[in-house]
Amino acid sequence: MRSLILLAGTAVAAGLVLSSVSANAMTVGFSQIGSESGWRAAETSVTKQEAEKRGIDLKFADAQQKQENQIKAIRSFIAQGVDAILLAPVVATGWDSVLEEAKEADIPVVLLDRQIDAPEDLYLTAVTSDQTYEGKVAGDWLVKDVGDKECNVVELQGTTGSSPAINRKKGFEQAIAGHDNIKIVRSQTGDFTRTKGKEVMESFIKAEDGGKNICALYAHNDDMAVGAIQAIKEAGLKPGTDIKVVSIDAVPDIFQAMANGEANATVELTPNMAGPAFDALDAYLKDKKEPAKWIQTESKLYTPADEPMKVYEEKKGLGY
Amino acid sequence: MKRFLSALRRLLPQLAALGIILLLNAMISPGFFHVEMQNGRLYGSLIDVINRGAPVALLAIGMTLVIATKGIDLSVGAVMAITGAVAASLITQGYPLVATLGGTLAVGLFCGLWNGALVALLDIQPIIATLILMVAGRGIAQLITEGIILTFNDKPDLIFVGSGAFLGLPMPFIIWFVMAILMVTIVRRTALGLLIEAIGVNRRASTLSGVGSRSLLFAVYATSGLCAAIAGIIAAADIKGADANNAGLWLELDAILAVVIGGNSLLGGRFSIAGSLIGAMIMQSVNTGILLSGFPPEFNLIIKAVIILIILVVQSPTSQSLWTFLRRDRHPTAKQERAVR
Repeated sequence: MRSLILLAGTAVAAGLVLSSVSANAMTVGFSQIGSESGWRAAETSVTKQEAEKRGIDLKFADAQQKQENQIKAIRSFIAQGVDAILLAPVVATGWDSVLEEAKEADIPVVLLDRQIDAPEDLYLTAVTSDQTYEGKVAGDWLVKDVGDKECNVVELQGTTGSSPAINRKKGFEQAIAGHDNIKIVRSQTGDFTRTKGKEVMESFIKAEDGGKNICALYAHNDDMAVGAIQAIKEAGLKPGTDIKVVSIDAVPDIFQAMANGEANATVELTPNMAGPAFDALDAYLKDKKEPAKWIQTESKLYTPADEPMKVYEEKKGLGY
Repeated sequence: MKRFLSALRRLLPQLAALGIILLLNAMISPGFFHVEMQNGRLYGSLIDVINRGAPVALLAIGMTLVIATKGIDLSVGAVMAITGAVAASLITQGYPLVATLGGTLAVGLFCGLWNGALVALLDIQPIIATLILMVAGRGIAQLITEGIILTFNDKPDLIFVGSGAFLGLPMPFIIWFVMAILMVTIVRRTALGLLIEAIGVNRRASTLSGVGSRSLLFAVYATSGLCAAIAGIIAAADIKGADANNAGLWLELDAILAVVIGGNSLLGGRFSIAGSLIGAMIMQSVNTGILLSGFPPEFNLIIKAVIILIILVVQSPTSQSLWTFLRRDRHPTAKQERAVR
C-alpha cells in the first residue's frame, strides 16, 4: 500500500515537472473530421508538421466523420486545459453549446477549411480557401492562355449541389465572362471521381465531333481530370495539346500528368490550413491581437513551368 | 432452337425496352449507332454502353443467382472496393499479373463465402448478413490502400484488363460476356438452376426433398463475390488505380435494379441471367443517353428515375393482367392453351 502511495506521489511529481517544462510551449487540441480523402490525410500530416516546427504540443483527435466524436474531443480538450483548439467541422450546425463551453473556459477556437452556422463571437477565426476564387484563378489562366482564339470548353462538375461544385463553377464563369471567344459547350457532373470523370469525358468527346470541337477541359477537381485525360488518350487525342486540361486541388497525380505534358494547369487547395491558424493564435495569445474573422488561404496556380516532378515528390509524402 | 425462341419470347418486354431506349438515344444524339474502327478497336457510343455497363452486368450475374434463392447481396459494391484495392496493392508490390488476378479472385471468393456462411450456416436474413460487409467493406479497402488512391500507371498488363481491346472489342465487355455464357451454361445445362429456383420457392421443402440447400447457398454467394471481384478488377484497371472511397459506390443498388428490370422477382424462384444482363444494358443506355443529351446534371437522377419507373410499371403484374384482359377476346383458345402448358 505504501509503495503504491509512493508511486502515485512520484507520478504526480513527474507530472508537475513535465507540465512546468511545457508551460512555455503552446498546447493545441486538433479535432479532425477523419480521413475520408487524400486531401484530408495531407491536411492532418501538414498540421502535425507545422505544430512540430513551432514546438507546439498537438493533441490530435480523429472523429471518424461523426459530430458527436468532435464534440466529445472538444470537451476533453477543455478538461485538459489546452491553450487553443483547432476544429475542422464535419457539419455546419450544432456547435453553439460546445463552443460556448470553450469560450467560458477562455480557450480560443479556430475553424479549419470549413465555415459553421454559429455566432461569430464563439470562435476566433476561420481559415478556409475561397472556392469561388479557385474557379476564377482557373478561368483566368484559360483566358490568358487562349488569347483571342475561339475556345469551346467542356466542364466536369463536382457532385451536384455540393458547395465546391457550385462555387468553382461560379468562379470560372466570372473569369470567362466578357470573353466571348470562350464558351462552355457542355457541363456535366463527374461526382469528383476518376471513374465518372472518364466516363463523362468519353461521352463529351463523342457528342462534340470526336473531340474536334473541344479546345479545353475544366474539371472541378484533379481526380476527374486524371480520369478524363485517360479518356482523351483512348480517343486518340493528345491531352494537354489537342485538349487543354485545367483543374483544381493540386493532388500529386496531376503533377505527374503535367510532367508528361498531359495537363496544363491546376489551382492548389492547400492542405496547410494550420500554418495561418497557428500564426493567428500566436499573435492572439501573445499580443492579444484579434485576427479577422476569415483568413483566406492562398490559391496558387501551378503550370508545367513549376517543376511538376519536384512538387510531385514533395506532395507524395503527405499522405494524399 | 425452339427453346431459344421461347426464351426470346419471355424476354420480349426487356428487349423492347432496350430497343426503345436505344432509339431515344439515337434521336438525342444522331451519331449514337455510328461505330468505327479506331486504333485497332471499335469506337462509338454503342461500344461505350457495353463497355461502361461491365461492372453492373457482372454484379447482376451473381445477384441474379442470389436473388433466385430469395436472398440479396448488398455487399457487392464494397467487395468491388476491397478487391480493387487488393489488386492494386498486389501489382504495385511487384507480383506478376497471374498471381495478382488469382489473389484478388480468391479474396472475392472469400468475401462471398463469408456472406454464404452467415446466410446458410447461421440463418441470418440475407439483407442483414450482407449489410455487415457492405458497411465494413469500404473500411477494409481503405486499410489496404492506406487511405490513398493506389495507382499503377506503369503496369500495362493489368491496365489491359480494364481498357484494352481484343478483336476490336473492349476487354470489360469480353469478360462479362464470357462470364455470362459460362454461368448460363453451368446453371442451365445442369440441374443447378432448377435446384436454385427450388430453394427460392421453398427452402425448407427443397431441403426435405434432398436438395443440398446449404452448399448451394454457399455456392451462390461465393459466385456473387467472385463476380464482384472481377468487376472490382475491371473498375480499378480502368482508372489505373484503386479508389477505396468511390469504387463500386451504390453499384449494389444498380445491380439489384438491373435484375428487377430484367424481369426477375425479388421473391426468388424462376430467374433469367440474360434478362438481368439486358436490364444492366438498359440502365447503362439510360446513363449514356443522359450524358450525351447535354441536359444540366441536376436532371440526371430525375430522368433516370422516371424511365425506370415507366419500365417497371409496364412490367408490373397489374398492367400485365390488364394487357391480358384487353387481348383476351381475340385469341381465347390460344391463350388458354398457353396457360395450361
